[in-house]
Amino acid sequence: MSIPYFPGCTLHVKAKDLDDSTRAALAALGLELTELPEWTCCGAVFPLAQDNYMGMVAAARILANAAKLGDGRLVTVCSFCYHVLKRVNFAFRNRTEARNKLNEYLEEHYNGEVTLLHPLELIRDDVGFDVLQDRVYRRLKGLKVACYYGCTLSRPAEEMGFGEPENPTIMEELVAALGAEPVGFSWKTKCCGSYQVLNNAALAADRAQAVLEAASRQGAHVIITSCPLCRYNLERLPVGAAGKGESEARLPVLYFTQLLGIALQLPATTLGLDSHYLDALKEARA
Amino acid sequence: MTAEKKTVSIYVMGKQSEVPYGVTIMKAMEYAGYRFIRGCGCRGGFCGACGTVYRKPGNFRLKVGLACATMVEDGMHLTQIPFYPANKAVYNLEALEPTLGTLLKYYPEITRCLGCNQCTRICPQELPVMNYIATAQRGDIEATAHQSFDCIMCGLCASRCPAEIVQYNVGILARRLYGRHIAPRAKHLAERVDEIRAGKFDAELDRLMQMSKEELQKLYNARDIEQ
Repeated sequence: MSIPYFPGCTLHVKAKDLDDSTRAALAALGLELTELPEWTCCGAVFPLAQDNYMGMVAAARILANAAKLGDGRLVTVCSFCYHVLKRVNFAFRNRTEARNKLNEYLEEHYNGEVTLLHPLELIRDDVGFDVLQDRVYRRLKGLKVACYYGCTLSRPAEEMGFGEPENPTIMEELVAALGAEPVGFSWKTKCCGSYQVLNNAALAADRAQAVLEAASRQGAHVIITSCPLCRYNLERLPVGAAGKGESEARLPVLYFTQLLGIALQLPATTLGLDSHYLDALKEARA
Repeated sequence: MTAEKKTVSIYVMGKQSEVPYGVTIMKAMEYAGYRFIRGCGCRGGFCGACGTVYRKPGNFRLKVGLACATMVEDGMHLTQIPFYPANKAVYNLEALEPTLGTLLKYYPEITRCLGCNQCTRICPQELPVMNYIATAQRGDIEATAHQSFDCIMCGLCASRCPAEIVQYNVGILARRLYGRHIAPRAKHLAERVDEIRAGKFDAELDRLMQMSKEELQKLYNARDIEQ
């Protein structure tokens, strides 16, 4: 079974490991992803003005082209891509003027038929977390995992439909199926600083430090995310840049697909994993 | 049989002219008295010097064509855009790395693409211009090189871009990076260059240099011609 897949620009370059691990982990579960034959940047940011249709054109074209493949589904894993595509698809389904304007411009007849899926949803619905539980070769017993959603996956709730906007649980369900222990974690849907890293790095570093500390306080050994920008901010920003001193524990930050791949005993190279992560995880569980 | 129409009426930069039916825009403009100093090159549809935009009556769509390769039609409103101001980066190809970073260093504006697709719609070569900017944005230099390969650098894409991208210069940078740093080197070429350096063909060339004009002509006329 092959499912249309939109990788997104970042996954071709800086977040190649998210692309690699997503394809490898899903393939191991019998879900083969096929990259769209042609695709552009999704726009990365959903326009804040309701009538800024130009900002929705790229995502609209991606969805309309995906609809022509006939599968009815489109998978994307990057949180930003998922956010933008999902909201533009919502606009097609629910906002007549947006639908008309975009179709008029694109010369398409798209009505939001495609179902946009995050790999978490795909695994839950097509494999099932209970089935996954039996297919995990290496139970991650004893590993405490902080599931970090950031702000783009679950909000706005009505448009994203990703569970409770402030307390989604789908990633925790995955973690539990892998035999690991998801930890409750108050910053899990708070913003990592996002693009402010370009504008005000100290502010983003403050946010990253708060996320890391909140996860650390709950005894997490690792943070997982599906967002390349969250991962960058959490992993690369000098926490303590605002003069707060080095955070006592710099947690490793992985993509959820990499953790899934580890549990499925896929080779580290197919997951884009440096060995230091694996060492850190081994140590954590020792 | 209806009588064939002998002339058509066209509007060059708003000025009406009666020109012969069945000629190219370029010929028609010359017929009407325009003399090309720029905006005219090979006259064969390859050089890209004569990009022209036009509209036909009753149709909102902006059309394009090369003046040397597009026939005039009755009621056509047209103007040439033979040149478009463009940011052209200067670089030392040998010293560049074939990476997204290189593309962004010289043409950072590619990230401003809105996905409006006007560049693709206007391209007289019917290239997937927006797509090759999309592949450039994600650092896929090989795809950018292949998809932009037939570009004739007419510049019409840049004239339409709301993000002020100069697509054709991005394309040629990608093709240069691909040719110099990514495409596998041709082994047979390197071997032949070595043979030439080693003097393998010197004697033969010397022999040609000694020949009289008549001998050369005879040799030339008797050459093998590939079918």
